[in-house]
Amino acid sequence: MDKKFDKNGRLLFTKQMKQDYLILMPMMLPIHFSFMQKILTKHGYKVELLKTNHPQIVNEGLQSVHNDTCYPALLVIGQLIDAVKSGKYDKEKIALFMSQTGGGCRASNYIFLLRRALKRHGLEDIPVVSFSISNMEKNPGFKLTVPMMMQFVNAILYGDMLMLLSNQTRPYELNPGETDALIQKWYDRLLKNVSFRDFYWTSKVNLNLREMAKDFADIAQSRRKCVQVGIVGEIYIKYAPLGNNNLEAFLQSEGVEVTVPGLLDFVLYMADNPINDSSYYGFSRAKAILWQQLKTYLEKRQNELIAAVKTQPKFRSPSTFGHLKSLVRSCLSPGVKMGEGWLLTAEMLELIDSGVPNIVCTQPFGCLPNHIVGKGMMRLVKDLNPGANIVAIDYDPGATKINQENRIKLMLANAVKNLENKEPEKQPGSEDFASTTNSKGRH
Amino acid sequence: MRFMSLGIDIGSTTVKLALLDENNNIIYKYYGRHFSKVRQKTTELIEELAPMLSGKEFRVAVTGSAGLGVARSAGLSFVQEVYAAQTAIETFLDGIDVVVELGGEDAKIIFLTGGFEERMNGTCAGGTGAFIDQMASLMSLSIEELDSLSFKHEKIYNIASRCGVFAKSDIQPLLNQGARKEDIAASIYQAIVNQTIAGLAQGRRIAGRVAFLGGPLSFQMGLRERFVETLKLSPENAVFPEDARYYIAIGAALCAYEKDSLTYDSLLESLKKAQTSQNTIGSLPVLFESREAYDEFVERHNKVDAEREDLETYTGDAYLGVDAGSTTTKLALITPDGKILYSYYGANLGEPIKIVKYALSEIYELSKGRVKIRGSASTGYGEELIRNAFCLDSGIVETVAHFFAAKHFNPNVDFILDIGGQDIKCFHIRNGAVDSIMLNEACSSGCGSFIETLAGSLGYSVEDFAKLSLFAKHPVNLGSRCTVFMNSSVKQAQKDGSTIEDISAGIAVSVIKNAIYKVIRAKSTDELGKNIVVQGGTFMNDAVLRSFELETGKQVTRPAIAGLMGAYGAAMYAFSLKLEKSGVLSPEGLAGFSHKSKPTSCGLCPNRCKLTVNTFSHAGKFISGNRCERPLGGKSSDELPNAYDFKLKLLAGYKPVPGRLGKIGLPMGLNMFENLPFWHTLLTELGFEVVRSGISTHETYIKGQYSIPSDTVCYPAKLMHGHIEELVESGVETIFYPCMTYNFKECDADNNYNCPVVAYYPELLKANMYSLSEIRFLFPYFAPHIRKTFTQKAMRFFHLEFCLKPFDVRRAIDKAYLEYAAYREKIREFGRKSIEFALEHSMNMIVLAGRPYHVDPEINHGIDRLIASLGFPVLSEDCVSDLAVHKKARVLNQWTYHTRLYNAAEYVKTRPDMQLVQLISFGCGIDAITSDEVREILESGGKFYTQIKIDEINNLGATKIRLRSLKAAMETDKAR
Repeated sequence: MDKKFDKNGRLLFTKQMKQDYLILMPMMLPIHFSFMQKILTKHGYKVELLKTNHPQIVNEGLQSVHNDTCYPALLVIGQLIDAVKSGKYDKEKIALFMSQTGGGCRASNYIFLLRRALKRHGLEDIPVVSFSISNMEKNPGFKLTVPMMMQFVNAILYGDMLMLLSNQTRPYELNPGETDALIQKWYDRLLKNVSFRDFYWTSKVNLNLREMAKDFADIAQSRRKCVQVGIVGEIYIKYAPLGNNNLEAFLQSEGVEVTVPGLLDFVLYMADNPINDSSYYGFSRAKAILWQQLKTYLEKRQNELIAAVKTQPKFRSPSTFGHLKSLVRSCLSPGVKMGEGWLLTAEMLELIDSGVPNIVCTQPFGCLPNHIVGKGMMRLVKDLNPGANIVAIDYDPGATKINQENRIKLMLANAVKNLENKEPEKQPGSEDFASTTNSKGRH
Repeated sequence: MRFMSLGIDIGSTTVKLALLDENNNIIYKYYGRHFSKVRQKTTELIEELAPMLSGKEFRVAVTGSAGLGVARSAGLSFVQEVYAAQTAIETFLDGIDVVVELGGEDAKIIFLTGGFEERMNGTCAGGTGAFIDQMASLMSLSIEELDSLSFKHEKIYNIASRCGVFAKSDIQPLLNQGARKEDIAASIYQAIVNQTIAGLAQGRRIAGRVAFLGGPLSFQMGLRERFVETLKLSPENAVFPEDARYYIAIGAALCAYEKDSLTYDSLLESLKKAQTSQNTIGSLPVLFESREAYDEFVERHNKVDAEREDLETYTGDAYLGVDAGSTTTKLALITPDGKILYSYYGANLGEPIKIVKYALSEIYELSKGRVKIRGSASTGYGEELIRNAFCLDSGIVETVAHFFAAKHFNPNVDFILDIGGQDIKCFHIRNGAVDSIMLNEACSSGCGSFIETLAGSLGYSVEDFAKLSLFAKHPVNLGSRCTVFMNSSVKQAQKDGSTIEDISAGIAVSVIKNAIYKVIRAKSTDELGKNIVVQGGTFMNDAVLRSFELETGKQVTRPAIAGLMGAYGAAMYAFSLKLEKSGVLSPEGLAGFSHKSKPTSCGLCPNRCKLTVNTFSHAGKFISGNRCERPLGGKSSDELPNAYDFKLKLLAGYKPVPGRLGKIGLPMGLNMFENLPFWHTLLTELGFEVVRSGISTHETYIKGQYSIPSDTVCYPAKLMHGHIEELVESGVETIFYPCMTYNFKECDADNNYNCPVVAYYPELLKANMYSLSEIRFLFPYFAPHIRKTFTQKAMRFFHLEFCLKPFDVRRAIDKAYLEYAAYREKIREFGRKSIEFALEHSMNMIVLAGRPYHVDPEINHGIDRLIASLGFPVLSEDCVSDLAVHKKARVLNQWTYHTRLYNAAEYVKTRPDMQLVQLISFGCGIDAITSDEVREILESGGKFYTQIKIDEINNLGATKIRLRSLKAAMETDKAR
């Protein structure tokens, strides 16, 4: 087949390739990404979501990229190269998806690192397709259309909802396995034919969300008190079990109720940045207005999700994006927009604010933005919230699980103690504690 | 009802037991090393407790970093160790504010009052008990000796405190240069204290009543002294509990009161059961399938050996080579046709001079005047010291020495890999010259001395430890990262019940993987070449050699004198000098030889090098530790153009001008090195007296280190804390330090970001430095690359903050843009003039490419001067970046400073008389991307790529090797 290149010599993904090529997609969030894969299929792409999770991926990554590159890049590229080399696919007929977030973080360069890695392996004939909402690299054969984007938004809503409800149900279920079975049920129902109604009609989506909430609320649950732990951090490490050594599973095995902020907030944050740029630095107002429209739409959808959760009073509902942004101003400016930026700090504050003071902050070893918004803000977050119990965990190919788990266990030991102290007295122990400390926070 | 309670604390190196009776009285305690036989040792200890426990009901809790695995497989309850320590402190001690606990491989801090908080060292932090062990064995001292020596110190050296490996590469050269052991011992302790303050406390002061726990702090008085002195604790505020090392076990016992009770028999049974459970996940292929395979392997390698000649009977000419390596000293005396007359290989025990003196006198004794030494040369870290001490004829950079030697064994050699005690060196040979030298970055020197120390800590000699690995059944996969990580991988393997054999084999594989994937960064082993020669002491270990062959799938040449190659090469080099007679000390001179060393500081420039003055009895004097020629009284290298020096002086020219609005402070770090002309002009024009913080020194860092929240951030960022402290102390009431997501735009770039750390560091400072809340700290978000919107925003900002008239602000901004442009032009002008100068004098030039803030002498550690002292004019990346013909980079070219790097590299490519050396700050994530790109640009033009990683670390040994090798390669290149 004819290969086409753009003016800088980049191999393009052509319309013909759309017909013939299988696109491999790296894994991050199992539920969300499965929906997305189906949507892409519905739009005529042949897509396979990689579910591999074996040590060879790390080795492949180590051999493909600079060893000091951040861990998520190493894993994603490792996973893709590993799949290409596995022999399962026809090397002449595959393409690779790579997300491109843009912004001043190293992550914007992943796609170039992947191309370089492919070249090193003599695989430069495999086209790499940029997956980015700001449309950074264009390809004739792939375009994120408006209907597709709207369906993605719904996929994210479903994914966030299932994640939120199951996390709040699983530790309490009386019949083990019931929660996971229910996820599977919804999963099958929505995935069966990724119908226009389920993924396009807002009213139908809202109905589905409410129905989900009810289904999960109906699961028989005990009244025991569990320690609640929130997970924040660099987006890939936070979500991907491959990146965080199955952190969620580990915490659940310790009897913890896990809270993971949803993906929608991150999308909102991405949409919010260009609007901020306009007001901070006077960038194009016209562009900002377009982004504002997207943001308003997403916020409306987020409100609907929150409303659906609220139909079942037993669930703790997430905060709105607007609330997150207002919370963060006590620590830093929303002008911090590289990587997860201010959103990471905001998520910590929101968790504490909503009664989850125990937090694991995950990051790749040496993550640049996290120096500022993660580790850099913990001092202040703790000063402002003396009850906060935060542990920062670094992930990289050399970090051992035992070290990570030991540190998490320390955080858990304190969480358990705080929970016990809180129980007998009616008033929260943390407030009691705060009054005895000489908080030196800035005011 | 209450029972007796047993706490078992299994750390990375030791086991501690504490048995409490019903009333919390300690009735039994134990402390001992487990030599990695965790489960076995624990079971034995419990068996010894039979008389006390048998038949009784009691409670048990396990704690410690290696305890988790034991507790899990034995089904016992586990208590996190920091939590246990805290429980013990609260029960037994009153009024404690802070607890500092150092263990074998963990370091912890608990803040009990003023906001409860607990900290453990992260994955990159070595300064603990194991680190002291490692350092002591490096100096061949016992811990007790190290401790008592430390009290007699006269001065403290700066030893990088972040991670053990860094510290090691600081100490080694000090030892080689003859610094006093007393001073080094105290410096090691000080490094641990600094690490605790910087790495652990992270933004909190350690004050009030402090309790110190853990093994090292209960045995080592010198360490205590350093802590007390540094933290300025009064005697009543420094609490060293009597049972400090048992505290965690005691805490576990206290926590156990809440658990279910069990009987002695059931405890013993579950421990025994745990002993048998094996975990073979993550195991690697075996090294040798059979005894025969091993014998064949040994035979093949034994064939490659240098011929020998008996010194006691030989008469004639001879050539001497000395390799004063980092941990070992090697000597070789050869005949003109390369036969070895005499060789010496041994640990230098921190005193290479003694060793050389001994070996040389042995040579004289054996040869009894029959042998005429006609040439002598030294190489290695201690090259200059040895050369001066014994009046050798010449010195040679070690890479070239190794090439000389390797050529003898394989004339077609195209790749040499040398793994020594502390460094990994490797390079390609192209057209008869050394090319693409790769040295391990200071962060990953998990090489020979690592195996040695680890073997020692497990109770084996290196040789025995290596032998164990040959027939290991399930070598463990320990990863391919630096020593600290490997240590914790070993810990994990111990937890999983791996045998010593498996661990030993796993380490051999790790060392190789580290070399191939981390240092050489080979993507496929074919890149290494066809004729590989491996050498260095570490390859004498058959397991290491075997795993190299397995990993590469190639048969390689390992000369039987693998450990001697440097010395052998130096001797060959001495031969090539074709001298009539060597100047080496005669037998008489040697007999009367003695040597003294004295530490001192150089005050001639802000680098303030810590010098060691060695005085030799034959009236020779040698100064080491210097970066430039100045303290030697020799001719100054200042005459050569040096862009770094020029830029620093240019920036120093922006002086405060008293103004009606009073003082405003600017911290002199990160992007201020680029934007000072802009902000200085703007603020001065507005009527402020602009006060800059001074040029950084190590004291600047120390001053601010207590508030650094992330220990893995780059050193330039860490220095900012000290600059802010300095400004606050100087009494300014306002500090101006804008957040800059965007920088000025370089042409042809995709975008013009600053890196996240540079962009938002003011936010971090505000959140972590309490002193900033006492003054007015302004950190507006500015993007000066769009002049129009910047002007509008600045007008609004200065009006709101200072009621300045928009018109005045606009006028000041105009001047600021002009001044910034003029400043950039001055630098470019300097670049053009320097190139003319070099052409006139037909000199080769070096572009030292980094970031604007690498101009800071505390950050570049005087590397610019070092280059100048080698006879090269030094240019900076922004001197030449505008001269390049722009090309589209293959990566997203979106950071201002990095665009300059790419452009500078493109330009260097076009000039035969220029080479580029890239400076990289440790922890700079973006350079993971730029270094690959710069390398590719340079190599596509047939240039050498030399990279120097810099950090708090301030010793230039490794840097010198690189630069001298580069120089040698350039000379060979020119000769061709």
